[in-house]
Amino acid sequence: MFIKNYIKNIFSAVKSLLVGMKRTLYYFTHHKEIITQQYPDNRDTLILPERFKGEVVMPHNENNEHRCTGCTACELACPNGSIKVITKFDISPDGKKKKAIDKLVYHLELCTMCNLCVEACPSDAIKMAQTFEHSVYDRNQLTKTLNNPGSKIMDGVE
Amino acid sequence: MWSFSNIANLVHEVLAEHFNPAITLAIEMVIAGVSVIGLFAILGLVLVIMERKVSAWMQIRLGPNRVGPKGMLQSLADTLKLIVKEGMTPNGADKLLFNLAPFIAMIVAMLLMAPIAFAKDLQMWDLNIGILYVSALSSVTVISILMAGWSSNNKFSLLGAMRSGAQIVSYELSAGLSALAIVVLTGSLQISEIITSQANGWWIFKGHIPAIIAFVTFIIAVTAETNRAPFDLAEAESELTAGFHTEYSGMKFALFFLAEYVNVFIMCSIAATLFFGGWMPLHIGNWHKFNHVMDFIPSSIWFFGKTFFLIFVIMWFRWTFPRLRIDQLLDLEWKYLLPITMFNLLLVTAVAILGWHF
Repeated sequence: MFIKNYIKNIFSAVKSLLVGMKRTLYYFTHHKEIITQQYPDNRDTLILPERFKGEVVMPHNENNEHRCTGCTACELACPNGSIKVITKFDISPDGKKKKAIDKLVYHLELCTMCNLCVEACPSDAIKMAQTFEHSVYDRNQLTKTLNNPGSKIMDGVE
Repeated sequence: MWSFSNIANLVHEVLAEHFNPAITLAIEMVIAGVSVIGLFAILGLVLVIMERKVSAWMQIRLGPNRVGPKGMLQSLADTLKLIVKEGMTPNGADKLLFNLAPFIAMIVAMLLMAPIAFAKDLQMWDLNIGILYVSALSSVTVISILMAGWSSNNKFSLLGAMRSGAQIVSYELSAGLSALAIVVLTGSLQISEIITSQANGWWIFKGHIPAIIAFVTFIIAVTAETNRAPFDLAEAESELTAGFHTEYSGMKFALFFLAEYVNVFIMCSIAATLFFGGWMPLHIGNWHKFNHVMDFIPSSIWFFGKTFFLIFVIMWFRWTFPRLRIDQLLDLEWKYLLPITMFNLLLVTAVAILGWHF
């Protein structure tokens, strides 16, 4: 019994090692599998993975309208205070006061790209962009206002 | 037809004409020494770039591709950097042992070069106990590793050195017993005789299953003996920073690095000599025409081809398998490799006595 297990052990070990070696030999001989991106050289044709996260942006449509209601869910969700929502009150045509954003301030220098703000947003107002060349000479430039000047909320977003 | 022995004789005659015998011998020794050092330098450069390329391709990376055509001069640039760097000696270190250790590693590797037949008639010292000499000297490497680990005054270095000691002492056994299988079939320890005995076929084909088992165990033991992954517990980057050569820098570190690669080359060339016929071309029994065609390929190409194939296999191991724990390492040797090689030795003896091999 012991001998049988012993020999079985040896063969299963050799087999599992050979499976690993087969895989590495496949990669060794198939250079099309190489995933290295030679970044500064292929800057124009760079293909980033789908889930790559570069910075938080707020998409606007052609009428300069965004979907942000100023609910501050993103500000509450952010673990290190990268987002600050400054709200104001709009007066609608029929005289009612309505909460809206004045500025959505985003500190890129504090952000860890954790994606929690995007998850928290109930109206899909913000998303992660794939831009990543963020170097600037002055760190003040890293504090960004996400909503465009003069933009307002899209109709139908509550 | 020209051969390496003709060249050697020519050099000897020219020297003997002009100098007395003692000086002739001295000059010949210097020539041999310079050739060995030159071979060392070239081997270091070639093997390092080969390892980096092989590892990159196996891990779906590109590897060095900036210095020179396709990155082929990368190891030259690295060597230049290492030469320029300062070789520091730590304050608490044992200065003499610390500075001596890399040279012992190097000298052992150089001595191991002596009995290897690089091509037909190209062998420095064809002593009659070639295999014994190699297995005896290759275990001296552990002294330099222990020396380096002990004198560094660093717990990581010491741990690495101790592991290396346990490892080399145990794997020396199965490496020796596997080599013995071929010695039993050949009936000689002399390298040149082992090669000529394979004129009608390499031992790996002639020796049936026992030769194949011996080859596999020999390659495993050799990988462990040269401290390469998956048996690189002496270095173990993730646990011991760099193991026994943590405190070394500059050229002293480069000597350790070079000695490791040269040891790999030597062990692979011994494996090629024992199982694949060294410089002997691929001969099959009595197929004289086929054998004659194979003879046209120069013997040095056969030798280096086989050796570099085996080096590739060892690199393939390194970049595929995860590192073993120290108890698993000793388990593998004492519970698996040693019984298998001992049983295999009995088997091979039976094959040799009953004349079952070709």
